[in-house]
Amino acid sequence: MTIQATASVDDRPEGFVAPKPRTSIVDVLDTLLPFAAGALFLGTWEFLVHYLKVSKFILPAPSAIVTTFVKEWPAIYVALKYTATITIGAFVTAVVTGIFFGVLLTSHKRIERTFWPYAVTMQVTPVVAIAPLVIIWVGLDRVWLSMLILAWMVAFFPMLSNTAVGMKSADHGLRNVFELYEASRWKRFRYLQLPSALPYILAGARISSGLSVIGAVVAEFVAGSGGSRGLAFMIVESGTLLNIPRMFSALLMLSIFGMSIWYVTATIQKILLQRWHESELKQEN
Amino acid sequence: MNYAPASLTTGAVPMPDVEPRRRPLVRAQHVDKTYSNGTIALKNLNLDVYPHEFISLLGPSGCGKSTALRIFAGLGAYTSGMMDWPQSMHDATGKPEREVGFVFQEPTLMPWATVFDNVYLPHRLKDRRKSEVQDRVKEVLDLVGLGQFANAYPRELSGGMKMRVSVARALVTRPKLLLMDEPFAALDEITRNRLSNDLLDIWSKAKCTVMFVTHSVFESVFLSQRIVVMAARPGRIIGELTVDAPYPRTKEFRLSSEYSAYCREVSDLLDVAMRS
Repeated sequence: MTIQATASVDDRPEGFVAPKPRTSIVDVLDTLLPFAAGALFLGTWEFLVHYLKVSKFILPAPSAIVTTFVKEWPAIYVALKYTATITIGAFVTAVVTGIFFGVLLTSHKRIERTFWPYAVTMQVTPVVAIAPLVIIWVGLDRVWLSMLILAWMVAFFPMLSNTAVGMKSADHGLRNVFELYEASRWKRFRYLQLPSALPYILAGARISSGLSVIGAVVAEFVAGSGGSRGLAFMIVESGTLLNIPRMFSALLMLSIFGMSIWYVTATIQKILLQRWHESELKQEN
Repeated sequence: MNYAPASLTTGAVPMPDVEPRRRPLVRAQHVDKTYSNGTIALKNLNLDVYPHEFISLLGPSGCGKSTALRIFAGLGAYTSGMMDWPQSMHDATGKPEREVGFVFQEPTLMPWATVFDNVYLPHRLKDRRKSEVQDRVKEVLDLVGLGQFANAYPRELSGGMKMRVSVARALVTRPKLLLMDEPFAALDEITRNRLSNDLLDIWSKAKCTVMFVTHSVFESVFLSQRIVVMAARPGRIIGELTVDAPYPRTKEFRLSSEYSAYCREVSDLLDVAMRS
């Protein structure tokens, strides 16, 4: 019998080498499923509108909406640019300020205790309720700024709270490692807290991106004809004019825009987390 | 083989392999640790740790063995007593330059960083450039047998491999004292035995002192030259035992009657600890 003191280190589990994914017909069908559901829905809608002779003032057929969309494109495009500017501006500001204040808030227990209740207050107060006030304060000559502020207020909180939770989520054992090597505060922040918080921050950004669209729409509703020229105002205006197909066109544009902004944040999240975070990992067996 | 109750064990512990008058690497004298809620975690801990030895702290849970290890690492404050590093340089404030590596119960790796970056971390925290230390990082990865996995992420590794990364990280700074807090407790027996074998190999190559906390009698006998047995409430040393078997220790040692005799000895001492 021979006895060896050292064993080989190949103790990795089975399935360490991920099997190459195979594209089967089932996968293709799976991808097509949402499109099929959409087509079925639109088809039924189109059919019912024609069959039941529903007035276009109540519910226009999808084909009518698309026709209006193409015809009204120049106006929609202008409105889109307006809403997009407000939304993206509010989103970016929310991300930057949310991370900044989230880090600041968790940098010291006392700071957190002092300001956290006010952050919550700001969150639970409905923005619609403060909107008229903000518009008066900022001035009707700068409606875009008040809308930016309102949309930011809606989008800010998830960024703040997610950053704050993320900053505190660093693994306890790893904190010990950093303590052992007497890491400076900055290094602890840079190499431990920030990477630990990243998944939380990105989840916050995804929520925020959706909320900034909602914020922009609400702000436009409140500002009304006072200067807003965005998609939400287009919806209100078309409603008053009983131009329902145009209303649906603006709504369609708003959904497409909301979806794209969500898709962009989701993609960023995927790229940044795909190598290590559970949320982006695929089961491999 | 000799064991003596702690009351008879004074500063210089009889050592078979080294000359008894050698200066210790670390010396704990009358160290007490009381938590703010009044729990006495450690009472009058006296322990000398000598260069290049392999020493185990063994005891039931709550006996303060992990607390003692953290104090040796400088991670936890103690209430009274003295920790001395007779062989180390002291900085301007009189603080000894502790050259320690620590392996925790969990691998505690950064999931967002590669194996290489995880092992590089201690140097990064000391502002050493990657280019400066990359040879050293590769060297310790080879030492623990993970040379091929420098670019892997922790999630791609098995539990045993993660532990190896953790050991490599602890060794990358060439510490004089390697502290290990039940590092293999969460692993399956096969992996644990394999890592124990490899740890002895690493220990002989890295030429450092190892302090190993465990609650396994078998593990402590297989690995150590000296086993310190502790009892709980309050946490204290109740005796110690020298394992006078030569290295390298192999599977034959595990199956020998000598090994069983040591295990019985340690087990009896542990029974004393449990009763007291």
